[in-house]
Amino acid sequence: MNSFLNTSRPPVFCPGCTHDRITKSLDAALVTLGIPDHKTVIVTDIGCSGLFDTFFNVHALHGVHGRALTYAAGLKLADPSLNVIVTMGDGGMGIGGAHVLAACRKNLDMTLIILNNFNFGMTGGQYSATTPSDAQVGSAFLNQAEIPMDICGVVESAGATYVSRISGHDDGLSDELVSAMQHKGFAVVETLGLCTGRYTKRNQLTPKVIDQMIAQRPSPGGVIAKNLRSEYGDRYRQLAQEKGKFPDPFVVKKQFDMPDARRHEVVILGSAGMRIVTAGDMVCFAGISGGLNVSIKNDYNITVLRGQSVSEILLSPDKIGYTGIESPTVVLALSDEGVARRQKIFAGLSPDTYVLKEASVAIPDTPAQVEEIDFKAIKIKKTDWALASLAVLAKHEIVLNKDMLVFALKSRFNEKVFNLSMETVEKIL
Amino acid sequence: MAFVFMEGNEAVARGAMAAGCNFFAGYPITPATTIFNNMLQMLPPKGGTCIQGEDEIASMGYCIGASMAGKKVLTATSGPGISLYSEHISFAIGSEIPLVIANVQRLGPSTGSATRGADSDIQFMRWGSTSGAPVIVLAPKDAKDCLELTVHAFNFAEEFRCPVFIASNKEIGMTKESFDMDDLNLPPLVERTPYTGTGPYVPFAADPDKAPPFLPIGGKTLVRQTSSTHGPDGYITIDPRVIAEMQERLHTKLDAAMDRISLYEENMVPDTDTLVISYGITSRAVADAAAALTDRGRPVSTLSLKTLWPVPESLLLEKAKPFRRIVVIEMNLGQYVNEIKRVLCGKQVDFYGQMNGILIPPAKIMEAIENE
Repeated sequence: MNSFLNTSRPPVFCPGCTHDRITKSLDAALVTLGIPDHKTVIVTDIGCSGLFDTFFNVHALHGVHGRALTYAAGLKLADPSLNVIVTMGDGGMGIGGAHVLAACRKNLDMTLIILNNFNFGMTGGQYSATTPSDAQVGSAFLNQAEIPMDICGVVESAGATYVSRISGHDDGLSDELVSAMQHKGFAVVETLGLCTGRYTKRNQLTPKVIDQMIAQRPSPGGVIAKNLRSEYGDRYRQLAQEKGKFPDPFVVKKQFDMPDARRHEVVILGSAGMRIVTAGDMVCFAGISGGLNVSIKNDYNITVLRGQSVSEILLSPDKIGYTGIESPTVVLALSDEGVARRQKIFAGLSPDTYVLKEASVAIPDTPAQVEEIDFKAIKIKKTDWALASLAVLAKHEIVLNKDMLVFALKSRFNEKVFNLSMETVEKIL
Repeated sequence: MAFVFMEGNEAVARGAMAAGCNFFAGYPITPATTIFNNMLQMLPPKGGTCIQGEDEIASMGYCIGASMAGKKVLTATSGPGISLYSEHISFAIGSEIPLVIANVQRLGPSTGSATRGADSDIQFMRWGSTSGAPVIVLAPKDAKDCLELTVHAFNFAEEFRCPVFIASNKEIGMTKESFDMDDLNLPPLVERTPYTGTGPYVPFAADPDKAPPFLPIGGKTLVRQTSSTHGPDGYITIDPRVIAEMQERLHTKLDAAMDRISLYEENMVPDTDTLVISYGITSRAVADAAAALTDRGRPVSTLSLKTLWPVPESLLLEKAKPFRRIVVIEMNLGQYVNEIKRVLCGKQVDFYGQMNGILIPPAKIMEAIENE
């Protein structure tokens, strides 16, 4: 193919705009590469750089300001065979900074061309993240209070594996774009250019001045040896392939007749580290094995190693509607923190409610029947109190029996953990 | 009898897998994070891709890119994430990009309460985008619904090429419960219609009441996609007639299929004068309240909406017709009730809502029904 340019949509840049030269250089680079049109996608966002996709006869995706790299990453992950080119201005680079950094860290095989023309051309020449502090811009004096950022320096430190800076007027631009596209990994090419519509009206910027800027801050020169590593997609697919098998849902069959097959509301009041959530799951597994419907909600701190841990479990022969606790039938009071979290329930408990209270835990006055057990005295560690209290329930055949508890433990634990947990259970039963 | 035991978030992930989802991108946020965790377990063994975005905006961007390459995509977040999704929700609506968004709602405004449920975003999901063009919002009431409705959500996203929300809630997403897999009622899968014409592919050429046929970016035929106002050819347009037709089609493609989109459950009791309308987790407490009222000799009928947007207007009119009084219960201070009042203009519509971080108990609902 001689050209990928879209003859029905010729470029419409302002006279003298460097974007026009970059369009032609990108076309020449695509011709040199010789990739079929349908294997290239140009992804753009907002600003004059966002016009690029319309000028080419390749796949095109034009989106929201600064987000082009995110669509590009989605496309590349979905179709690794695509040659993905992103054009973005200094505006898009600024607003999409997080995506630029993430793309550098990921190293997907894509090419980002940042068309740096030092201002927001489309909206009136406002200052961007690359505008010099002494420039005259459309945002009055605001640029004077900030400094411009060094795009190449930032992307290099963020992990881009190919970084170069080049004048949009450089005759070598097309070759540079070819090298960037041929690089297997994330390539960033910063082009410096003139915005004749806005910027050069008020600032002395010429191709010669751009050459001087580049002489002062030379291009990193392409491949960044210290950043070289696997392409993200390759690495991702390799790691994903090593992942285990698809996790099938955990299915429990009814296999026991409940000793006590009525609706139960069980509240376990404990603290972080006491395996409260695990004990709650055990009650559920046991309940399902007895043919009941179950639901469980857990309440714990976001700092998971500290504070209360509360499980609220419903077991019912009927389908469960409202999942809140209304009248608990069983309360396991295993820590002061847990009790504090549900202090209000104690006064309203029914005389039929069974409350198990560990000896060291204080509970508010309650009309319920309270059994106090000193787990410490029978050498059960605090981390096993929740499990031990389930064994107490099994002993009384409240909610579950020993067979159901053993079944639940077997379902959830590997052999080693199961045997350890049975040691605790045997101390009670 | 064999039960599975899972939280609503796992059920969303299983529904997505059942629907053929092969791409997920998301950013961790309580109470939606476990959808991401589950997809990370489920997608790789099936050859799918699961990505943690650098933020919510990027996550949606990855999904948009992957969807345009032909993938069936899911993302998951909560209210603060929907705020950040907004610009890309608009993009997906206007540019007809199929995607499914699970919103495990939490109590707002703003960062609000990470671990407290509420149906906070019912209007936000519908209107949190530019232009006012519609989306589809489905509201599950339990884990089983999460699985089933996620399959419907993918079907709708594929057919209508628009974002489809699962309006879950912390109280569903993070509550584990048992259900019988044999009770699942999954619809047959729907895939987006591929373009099979012989002429040149015009990416947004469509019947006035349909989404356009799809071809992926990366296929043999060149595809143009743009967030800008475009004509059928995918190029920017300022032609008022073309703009108007595109805008209208975004509405009509959903309106024309309203009856099929409108999912619901009902319990119509003969000789009752009150219909209680609810959705999501609240409809479970409504069912309990209705059962208790029947025991007290004051039965009511109930309607639980599973499709909230587009508002199932003809369904509401038909179901409400025989009733003297409508009672709407919501886990917020009144969002959807305004739609019901609009549709059932002239009917007595009473409301009870609660926004305090806890579920509405059946007793409160009974009070609302009995205190006329």
